[in-house]
Amino acid sequence: MKTNDLSNGGANNSEAAGSGSTPAPHHPARRSFLLRLLNLAAAGLTPVLAVPYIRFLLYPIFLRGSKKLWFSLGAAGQFSSPTAPISRLVPVKMEDGWLESSGQRPVYITKDAQGQVEVLSAVCPHLGCTVQWSSAKNQFLCPCHGSVFTPDGAHISGPSPRGMDSLPVKVENGELMVKYEDFSQLQPVKKVIG
Amino acid sequence: MSTQQPNFTPPSAPGPDTRRRGRMFDWFNQRIGLEKLLHEALDEPIPGGPRFAYVFGSALLAVFLLQIVTGVALLFYYGPTVDHAHTSVAYIVKVVTGGSFIRGLHVYGASAMIILLVVHLAQTFLYGAYKGRRELQWVSGCVLLFLVLGMGFTGYLLPWDEKAYFATKVGTNVPSEIPVVGSLVKRLLLRGNHLGALTLSSFFVLHVFVISGLIVLFVVMHLFLLRHRGAAGPINEDPVEPKLKAAPFYPGQVIKDLAFVLVVIVAIALLAHFMPADLGPKANPADTQYLPRPDWYFRFLFQWLKYWPGSRAIIGIGVIPAVVGLLLVVLPFIDRRPERRPTRRPVAVGIFLAVLVGVIALSALSNYDDSHNPAVAKQLALQRQQSDEFLRAPFKPDVQGAADAPAAPANPLIAQGAGVYQAKSCFACHGAGGAGTPMAPKLVGISQKVPADQLAYLLQHYSPAMIKGGMPKFQFSDADLKALVAYLESLK
Repeated sequence: MKTNDLSNGGANNSEAAGSGSTPAPHHPARRSFLLRLLNLAAAGLTPVLAVPYIRFLLYPIFLRGSKKLWFSLGAAGQFSSPTAPISRLVPVKMEDGWLESSGQRPVYITKDAQGQVEVLSAVCPHLGCTVQWSSAKNQFLCPCHGSVFTPDGAHISGPSPRGMDSLPVKVENGELMVKYEDFSQLQPVKKVIG
Repeated sequence: MSTQQPNFTPPSAPGPDTRRRGRMFDWFNQRIGLEKLLHEALDEPIPGGPRFAYVFGSALLAVFLLQIVTGVALLFYYGPTVDHAHTSVAYIVKVVTGGSFIRGLHVYGASAMIILLVVHLAQTFLYGAYKGRRELQWVSGCVLLFLVLGMGFTGYLLPWDEKAYFATKVGTNVPSEIPVVGSLVKRLLLRGNHLGALTLSSFFVLHVFVISGLIVLFVVMHLFLLRHRGAAGPINEDPVEPKLKAAPFYPGQVIKDLAFVLVVIVAIALLAHFMPADLGPKANPADTQYLPRPDWYFRFLFQWLKYWPGSRAIIGIGVIPAVVGLLLVVLPFIDRRPERRPTRRPVAVGIFLAVLVGVIALSALSNYDDSHNPAVAKQLALQRQQSDEFLRAPFKPDVQGAADAPAAPANPLIAQGAGVYQAKSCFACHGAGGAGTPMAPKLVGISQKVPADQLAYLLQHYSPAMIKGGMPKFQFSDADLKALVAYLESLK
């Protein structure tokens, strides 16, 4: 094995390999200490970078629904005793990442079991189709899979897991205000999703 | 026979090896030969031992990985279309948690790559590490240089702010000066005859997939060639047959690499945190006042062009860059001497230093010209101010009407009909706005096939096709039916 050592030239690297017999490098203790120190530094740096990175990626998942605004359906007086559910469209604005999309959602103004005015979401709690009012049958019917509801939204038959969802209402300055919300599908308990 | 392995014995298991062993190690070792893999990766012999001079290649790889990781994160929010690109980047920077930081890592990481590239090139050049049958390694490195510059160029456009748009406009105008093929090259770059949607799409796919994919390929090639031929070692080492005592890559070089990489990453992170990457207002192609400036690493080219007006442009932007680029690539083929010491290579080192000094001088001159021209300085300051103002302003989303509620039609009857279409869930099968779904045919254009009164009849007496399709029975008041028919007939 040639050991033509030219390393005295320009280099003063003390970390060249030791003599040919022992395979171990010089100063193993210092070497592994340095390595351990660097590993520690890397381990310290990792959460500093990883935490904002993960929070960045998870941002939309923990986003609470966008602020829903109250919309006026009109003078409260005209809805004091609806003989049949009244269909209305409510404008909604949704925060969709960097988009703001606007649209309209149908609602029904009707009476609940106690005779109070309530506003029902027309979105079927089964799979989201628009529930219709049948005056002939005096019932709400969903055209997609046949769920049937009473005039105040209670579930009668069909695959819907619960009755039609009521929306928050209030009367302000004589106007009937409703706050449009989306609810989860396919679940027995109504839950706001946005 | 040329020795591939210099006089060096890799650490063997019984020796005082600092590497940890254990049951998990043995489990993997029995299945994938982990010990041999680690030996291949970590026991690379470095003639003359590890040096800080060799850290730049590893640092490049580490920063490239940072770019991929931060780039993928940004991709979760970015929208590569002309109408939304800018808003999506503004959303990242202003709304998303840590968005400004992650983007900052990516932006400053890009600059770090360019700097490290130049240093790595300088180091390997000065050390004559391209000699001793390492031509392919050098060439693959040159390809990587051009690819990384391509990444910088394509990435710069993606935020679609004023700076991005106009800098790219100038950048794509440059090759058009080349005679004969100039305008073709420009149309190739723009993917059309103007800087627009197709340009953005193509820059996006080039940046995210094509160029970065090629970089991965060439990095693998570059590393393979390095390991196959062996590291060149220090300047006084024989380039063909290494004679110095060698030390393994691990742990000596690993320590140096790791230390330097940590410094670089910390520097990038500090910059990203304390000097947020800027984002100006959205590109306005009609803006006649805007003064474009390329990113800092292209400034020398920007200045260079000023000295080659008109017909002389072909020499300045065609011939000379081509010659310099070509010289760089074929360097190991024309410099066949085994001499590695820079002091004994006056021509090579002279040309190299001249080009390096020239590039730095041109960049400095570009900045000097800008700051000493009052009109230019004023406009640039204004642009910077507009950019700061935009960054400080709260986020404004792009507004878009939902597909299920088209803008209120002027005709109230049609508007009422749209409400009926909605209330009866017609959209569930016939699609929003009558666009059609796999379940039911589209209703757009039905006015061409079925006149209004026939349509009203059809809605109460289903055709065989409607019955076969399973269309449910509906109750319509006369008013609703009339409105619905009016709406359907209006669908175009």
